[in-house]
Amino acid sequence: MPQNGKPKLAMYWAASCGGCEIAVLNIGDKILDVDAIFDLAFWPVAADFKYDDVRGYPDGYIDLCLFNGAIRTSENEEIACLLRQKSKILVAFGSCAYEGCIPALANLTSAEDIFRTAYQTSLSTDNPAGVLPQPVTLLPEGELHLPTFYPAVKSLDQVVKVDYTIPGCPPEPHQIWAVLQAVVGILLHGAEPPPSGSILGAGQVAVCQECLLEKNEKKIERFYRPYEIIPQPGLCLLEQGLVCMGPATRSGCGALCPQVGMGCRGCYGPLDGVEDQGARMLAAIASVISAGAPGEKEEDIEKQINAAVDTLADPAGTFYRFSMAHSLLNRVRINGHNASQGGM
Amino acid sequence: MDLIYEPVIVGFLCNWCSYRAADLAGTARLHYAPNMRAIRVMCSGRVEPDLVLKALREGADGVLIAGCHPGECHYIEGNLKALRRYTLLKRVLVQFGIEEQRVQIVWASASEGPLLAKTVDRMTEELRLLGPLRWHEKVLHNGHHPAQTHHIPDELPTRMEV
Repeated sequence: MPQNGKPKLAMYWAASCGGCEIAVLNIGDKILDVDAIFDLAFWPVAADFKYDDVRGYPDGYIDLCLFNGAIRTSENEEIACLLRQKSKILVAFGSCAYEGCIPALANLTSAEDIFRTAYQTSLSTDNPAGVLPQPVTLLPEGELHLPTFYPAVKSLDQVVKVDYTIPGCPPEPHQIWAVLQAVVGILLHGAEPPPSGSILGAGQVAVCQECLLEKNEKKIERFYRPYEIIPQPGLCLLEQGLVCMGPATRSGCGALCPQVGMGCRGCYGPLDGVEDQGARMLAAIASVISAGAPGEKEEDIEKQINAAVDTLADPAGTFYRFSMAHSLLNRVRINGHNASQGGM
Repeated sequence: MDLIYEPVIVGFLCNWCSYRAADLAGTARLHYAPNMRAIRVMCSGRVEPDLVLKALREGADGVLIAGCHPGECHYIEGNLKALRRYTLLKRVLVQFGIEEQRVQIVWASASEGPLLAKTVDRMTEELRLLGPLRWHEKVLHNGHHPAQTHHIPDELPTRMEV
């Protein structure tokens, strides 16, 4: 433990893809400034630290911990608790730690089904004995332990107290840099910290407000998947039937995806005061389905709406692509009659 | 404790048609299942999907949305918005393992008290066959927590924050 007076920085990945670490490197040569200002205390991707090193630190030794990844296993939760104890400022970094992100889409199926697919039925699996990972395995040499696989994916704030959140999949580099500068201001220059629980490195309005595409009145007759049409440039994608989560998503990214013809995926999460991003998107997108001209029969209206909705593949996976762990329902009901029919 | 299962339906009734239909059913002294907890909303189009999800999460076994017939909405097309959202919401609910019959929509004008009463009767029986939903105990706590029943209906109105 070097005593050079520099603030200590940690970064950890739980259930994540590693994109968040790359996003940190994407701040470019400013990473050298980060190295100059901070002392690395723990960053498994970038430097050789062991869990025992962290266990040996005094409580609150780490000044800033950027925690990315969701809580999928008991190991994820154990390290989350450990880093909480050792960190002054714990930041849920990126969509997985914030609200579950892609790993939490697994909440639409059961842990048993995931194991079956991963270890037994997928085409690339060669496992004739049908061996599944077990938390404890007895061998002549002794007991082997593996982390427990939880029934559902949780976000970081569902297991420990989180001080701040930086949304995004991954967070945009300029936002990361802005937050790092702010933290340095707090740690070294006594700046006033933002209120606990704040969302940092993001805007206060919807992505649509940052998006430069032309918007008119929306009337959708059917939905298209991105590969089905080439969108007309310059025109709102939602109007063209492409699912765009812009209306239900927090700004901060600069509306990068819609500008290049890909509907907003929703990775910056819901706006302030919204509990369930998917439900908000569902409400927004459904209300612009074009059906029900005056004088039409009730059955005809129903038919038109059903036909339009039929063209929207995997609505739960689309609307909750990033926010499943924070959604109201949170996970699938395994004994429900229609469970796991989602994919389409 | 868990001897009798009585389905709990949260009913969102629009102020202009269906709440009046329920009123009519009451003043006409129609007998129908007491399982629906009526919540008056200004329009069925005001019933955002969050409200339905929250009701299901917080203990309802089913949700009934009731509004004016298409073409008769007090706000011109609020009920059509409700129908569009409801249609899409049901697809999402099926993916979450929630049976389609648990969320229903009905058009009941102010004079259709008997229709509303019949719908509540029918839906109650359908939910009886499906069994309890109890999202907190059966899904979120994944069977690890001891089952607690019958505290939920009493608390529902305060927890709904409508």
